[in-house]
Amino acid sequence: MLVILAKRLAMGIVLVLMASALLFFAGELLPGDFATKLLGSSATPETVEALRRSRGVDAPALARYLQWLGGLFRGDLGTSLTNGREIAPLIATRLKNTLILAGAAALIAVPLAVGLGTLAAIFRNRLFDRAILVLSMVTVATPEFFFAYMAIAVFAVNLHWVPSISIITAGMSFERMLPLLALPVLTLVITSCAHMIRMTRASIVSVMDSDYVGTALLKGLPEWKVVVRHVLPNVMSPIAAVVVLNLADLVVGLIIVEAIFAYPGMGQLMVDSVSKQDITVVQACGLIFAATYILLNMIADLLAIALNPRLRYAR
Amino acid sequence: MNTMTPLLEIRGLHIDATLPNGSTAHLLQDISLTLARGQVLGLIGESGAGKSTLGLTALGAVRGGAYVRAGEVRLGGIDLLTGGPALLRDIRGRRVAYVAQSAASAFNPAFRLIDQVIETSVQRRLMSKADARRRAIELFAKLELPSPETFGEKFPHQASGGQLQRAMTAMAMCARPDLIVFDEPTTALDVTTQIEVILAMRQAIREEGMAGLYISHDLALVAQMADAIMVLRHGRMVETGSVKQVIEAPATEYTRQLIAARGLRHAVQPERPPLLEMRGVTAGYGNVNIVENLSLVVPEGRTLAVVGESGSGKSTLGKVICGLLPAKAGRLVFAGRPLEPDMHRRPLDDLRDIQIVHQNPDMALNPRQRVREIIGAPLGRFQGLSGAAREAAVAALLEQVELKPELADRRPGALSGGQKQRVCIARALAARPRLIVCDEVTSALDPLVADGVLKLLARLQAEEGVSYFFITHDFGAVEALADHVAVMRNGAIVATGPTAQVLQPPYHPYTEALIRAVPELRLGWLDAVIAARKTRSQDAFPDRRPS
Repeated sequence: MLVILAKRLAMGIVLVLMASALLFFAGELLPGDFATKLLGSSATPETVEALRRSRGVDAPALARYLQWLGGLFRGDLGTSLTNGREIAPLIATRLKNTLILAGAAALIAVPLAVGLGTLAAIFRNRLFDRAILVLSMVTVATPEFFFAYMAIAVFAVNLHWVPSISIITAGMSFERMLPLLALPVLTLVITSCAHMIRMTRASIVSVMDSDYVGTALLKGLPEWKVVVRHVLPNVMSPIAAVVVLNLADLVVGLIIVEAIFAYPGMGQLMVDSVSKQDITVVQACGLIFAATYILLNMIADLLAIALNPRLRYAR
Repeated sequence: MNTMTPLLEIRGLHIDATLPNGSTAHLLQDISLTLARGQVLGLIGESGAGKSTLGLTALGAVRGGAYVRAGEVRLGGIDLLTGGPALLRDIRGRRVAYVAQSAASAFNPAFRLIDQVIETSVQRRLMSKADARRRAIELFAKLELPSPETFGEKFPHQASGGQLQRAMTAMAMCARPDLIVFDEPTTALDVTTQIEVILAMRQAIREEGMAGLYISHDLALVAQMADAIMVLRHGRMVETGSVKQVIEAPATEYTRQLIAARGLRHAVQPERPPLLEMRGVTAGYGNVNIVENLSLVVPEGRTLAVVGESGSGKSTLGKVICGLLPAKAGRLVFAGRPLEPDMHRRPLDDLRDIQIVHQNPDMALNPRQRVREIIGAPLGRFQGLSGAAREAAVAALLEQVELKPELADRRPGALSGGQKQRVCIARALAARPRLIVCDEVTSALDPLVADGVLKLLARLQAEEGVSYFFITHDFGAVEALADHVAVMRNGAIVATGPTAQVLQPPYHPYTEALIRAVPELRLGWLDAVIAARKTRSQDAFPDRRPS
């Protein structure tokens, strides 16, 4: 048990390191240059070169990677290429905003999806199940940006219920944030629910078809008792895994949603930095996303172990 | 309650099912039976005969897609089919309980055994939790489970198959029902495990005075467990009567065939030179060796049977011969020349000469291929046949395994179990091999069908001179086919020699234990075993693993 835990943790660390290398060297390969972009077309080769040297990008790539990596271990994310400021404080406020958005979406999406999936499994092959199936197929097939613009068109432009952009600022009260959050959260919830609903339903159906549920029914237990006592404990593990994996996907969906709603989060910061070719910021944001994704996957694996009696109690 | 009312009364029961293609199948037709309190009725028949369907109706249950067309099922005078769900919930578990074939999957993996055993009694408020636990522990002891006080604290994955089957019996008995339906409770177990389970179950049924419906395809086993027998075939009752009546004076030809199914005997043949020699073979997976330093000889045109419990290394040995699992050490000599351990490095001739027939034909045949392609592939690869010549060869092979040539157009899904196994044999024969590894080829088949396959294998050996490496746990099959026998246990050979010598006294003690565990088709066999056990010391096999 401890061995599995240690192995999984070590693997997570290796994966984060690999992600950091990939991000760094992929950034190196990008065409274009932040200095030319920043200084505009009137810049002389000398000023461009001077700016590059002042940001330290003239050193060899491997040396800069190791330096970056060393900084990461000390909690130093490096400095922005375009304005020379520290990245960490810049990201801190953005990360907080992103966590608010992602947290609100997860808080609504997870219970909604697990609930709908459970109901679909109970009313298997009936009208409710079919309706959920069709709806989830549609939402799975709809890209985030399409749904986001549709939502803006309907709720912001036509109905004027909520604003179409969601610029929240520091110190804004929760009540004032709510209408701004509504559309991005709605988009994230709708687009992340479908997969969780389908997987919840599939997990429950496979357990309901198992021999031991048949045994419980032949013991004369009422159906709800069978679900509570025999089905739920056995579907926790697969559902937990699916939920956590979908939270990881939600993080990816954030980048697009934030950009569309001009929400001042990590995703938008990343997109802005790409257009400014501020590679160090892109790398820092990318690494945080990658680490989150890897961490959530690791949590999914550990949950699966923790909820499996075969692994908790040896033979 | 009126003591004259039979416990279970089924009258004129018809059960139909709607198949996926819209047609109707008759699962049960005009079945009637009565069962008195404390009586055990054995339901016997091949797969698809409707045994389990009939057993489930005693709990008022029908499987998905099936429905009752006519008839009535009364338990203690109460009609189960018109009673509605509340009545069925009340009856189930409390008055009639169910023991499934696979206890391993019938227990919820997330709970300790005792919590599942006492669930009916506690959840239905029939007993207090403390009383139910006491009752469960008493039953564990009665069913001879190891350390009954603590056995229930195990999770299902921590108990063996034989233990789980007994725990499931305890689960059924815990709430003191009047009737228990046993649905093939020992089919998934080894013979040596099976006998422990049936002994324990029979004693428990007697002591608790419960009635039972005992479903099995093994007539000899049912004869030991039941007071009366009903023979079913294709959903209809063939005959019914007391055990003595049915096995000593069967009224129908079908029952006579069932009884005769175990009677095949193989004539003693002159000795032949060795075809395959295994010398000091060691093989296994990873760091674990399954067989160690093992030597065996398969003679030309003869059959070597390898018998033993599951986990003894029989199938591993078969894989080593085929080169599917390369031996780690030792030598294989085939027809005088050394054989590469790994099949990927064997020349085409060696691959052609050694073929395999697997235990489960359902998994050994590609469901998307037609029989023509299945048998045609080795014909093309090993004989270089194509077109009309291949077509003719497929037809000839089908005829050789006693199948109609028209079956060449079918896919495995449209064949019966016996037909599928014959196609597997034809596929092996297509290579014109000198040795066929037969891995439990009859264990997934019904007795009469298995009988036919054994006869076919014997005929093919006489005609083609092919040798068999015959892996089995069925002594009936050994006597029907084998010239030589090797008895395996924990990866080693404990006895080997000509069949007549190994299977006759004086036995090796382990061989004797295996043979004695096979139910015999005579009245009172189980009682004789019980009596013999009481007089003999219990620890004849101190190193035997607990079942």
